[in-house]
Amino acid sequence: MSKAVLMQGNEACVKGALKAGMRFFAGYPITPSTEIAEGCAVELPKLGGKFIQMEDELASMAAVIGASVTGTKAMTATSGPGFSLKQENIGYACEAEIPCVIVDVQRSGPSTGLPTSSSQGDVMQTRWGTHGDHPIIVLSPSSVSETYYLTIRAFNLAEKYMTPVILLMDEMIGHLRETVNLYDDVEIINRKQPDEPEGNFEAYKAGENLVPVLPVFGSGHYYNITGLTHNTWGFPTNNRKIAGDLNSRLLNKIEKNRKDIESFEEYLCDDAELLIVAYGGSARVGEESVDMLRKKGIKAGMYRPVTIWPMAETRLAELSERTGKVLVIEHNNGQYVHEVERVAGKKVEVGFIGNISGSYILPTEVVKKAEEMYYAK
Amino acid sequence: MERMEIRLAGKGGQGVILASIILAEAAVNAGKYACQTQSYGPEARGGACKAETIISDNKISYPEITVPSFVMALTQNAADKYVRNLPEGTIVVLDSSVTPPAETDKYRLYRLPILHTAEYEVGKAFTANIVAVGAINRILGICSFEELTETVLKRVPKGTEEINIKALKAGNDMDLEG
Repeated sequence: MSKAVLMQGNEACVKGALKAGMRFFAGYPITPSTEIAEGCAVELPKLGGKFIQMEDELASMAAVIGASVTGTKAMTATSGPGFSLKQENIGYACEAEIPCVIVDVQRSGPSTGLPTSSSQGDVMQTRWGTHGDHPIIVLSPSSVSETYYLTIRAFNLAEKYMTPVILLMDEMIGHLRETVNLYDDVEIINRKQPDEPEGNFEAYKAGENLVPVLPVFGSGHYYNITGLTHNTWGFPTNNRKIAGDLNSRLLNKIEKNRKDIESFEEYLCDDAELLIVAYGGSARVGEESVDMLRKKGIKAGMYRPVTIWPMAETRLAELSERTGKVLVIEHNNGQYVHEVERVAGKKVEVGFIGNISGSYILPTEVVKKAEEMYYAK
Repeated sequence: MERMEIRLAGKGGQGVILASIILAEAAVNAGKYACQTQSYGPEARGGACKAETIISDNKISYPEITVPSFVMALTQNAADKYVRNLPEGTIVVLDSSVTPPAETDKYRLYRLPILHTAEYEVGKAFTANIVAVGAINRILGICSFEELTETVLKRVPKGTEEINIKALKAGNDMDLEG
């Protein structure tokens, strides 16, 4: 174990990305994600990597995709306003199966909103921001050290499943400095490459886990990359059968591998009679609230989705059913709560506390609401 | 150490955030858990700025201040905004240029010439944050002066080491009763 140090969330993201092997960053700096771009600008040249500040977010996302096609692990970082602009090309990366990592350090919106204030208002946008039925993986860290490990995991999942992965941070964690003790011994997954010799290559054929093996551009394997619906050679087609098969495979490569992708954490859930559900920054409020409730004799526990999309539903369903009372806390007007309601079912009481003022929810607010729910008949 | 919540407030450009980071880092180096956060407006200089450090022997869940145990205000605005409705016995440090708000008799009040010392004794107004760090550590005893010096040297810009150590000493040696 290394020595405990004080580190900022955005700084931990850069460290994780470099550890994962990220060697290309394109972005357009925006508060509260700017320290990620700054850190990459300082560190990447030292490692032979490239940092480029593009003219806007659209171009940044395009540059990231281009870099990844050459086999380089690539990342961009932004906040809400920039995340909106990246959506079109995120969809391209989903369709063309180009691995990359997009960091969204959420700030209060809509529009340019409150640039320096925290929020979790982009949760649904990470799922459905780009158009069409598409697969997506989203991870949300709730501490500085977890930001480091989840950034590495984001790259691992991107390369393994050949898909964009979104690291959904919030200002609360991105700008937080706290004690960390980081391990260096972590698993790094690199992109699979074909054993076949150069020449024409059926790149979009389903491989292991339904994931294709895309040769890096310049390797001498010939195939086409497009955002249009394509056949297994990558060439556009209007054939309904091929289109249906492709779209199903894209969704199923995530759906059928959910067990590998999903992750969550439980805090004092074993004997819990009331379940708090929170993720990212709001989980810090949740954890404190659980401790306060326990001191008052209320057996509260917290379920924290770490993989936000796809949602780890099985355990949440079990805990919701057992406790019968679930309280969701989010720094938004209620987005993920609807997913929790869907999983919990109609028999479970689901309460909600949100905040859209740019401030953090107070643990005392959560305790008050939890007490009302707990003592209600 | 129970949870100690330290709020530093001033205006943008005074180095309040860096002071808060140094206190947190000194605490981590002394083997404690620390969290550090800040809030500021979109402007680069002159806007209201607040930085917070939480220090504890235990892991810190909620990283924000709920009830501060220590408040420092370097400007009148900061004092008027943050030195109010605090619990009895809260340690309050005001720059001597600041007029104390009402009810300060229930606090442990220090009125210290932080800005004046930086500008005239150390010779550079921009060292006020480090003068403050020296004085705050004297009051709170977060770590030894040597450990604090090490942390300050790691965090201040290259080429400013000498003047910042001078500032740290000036803060550390400040007459707290005066």
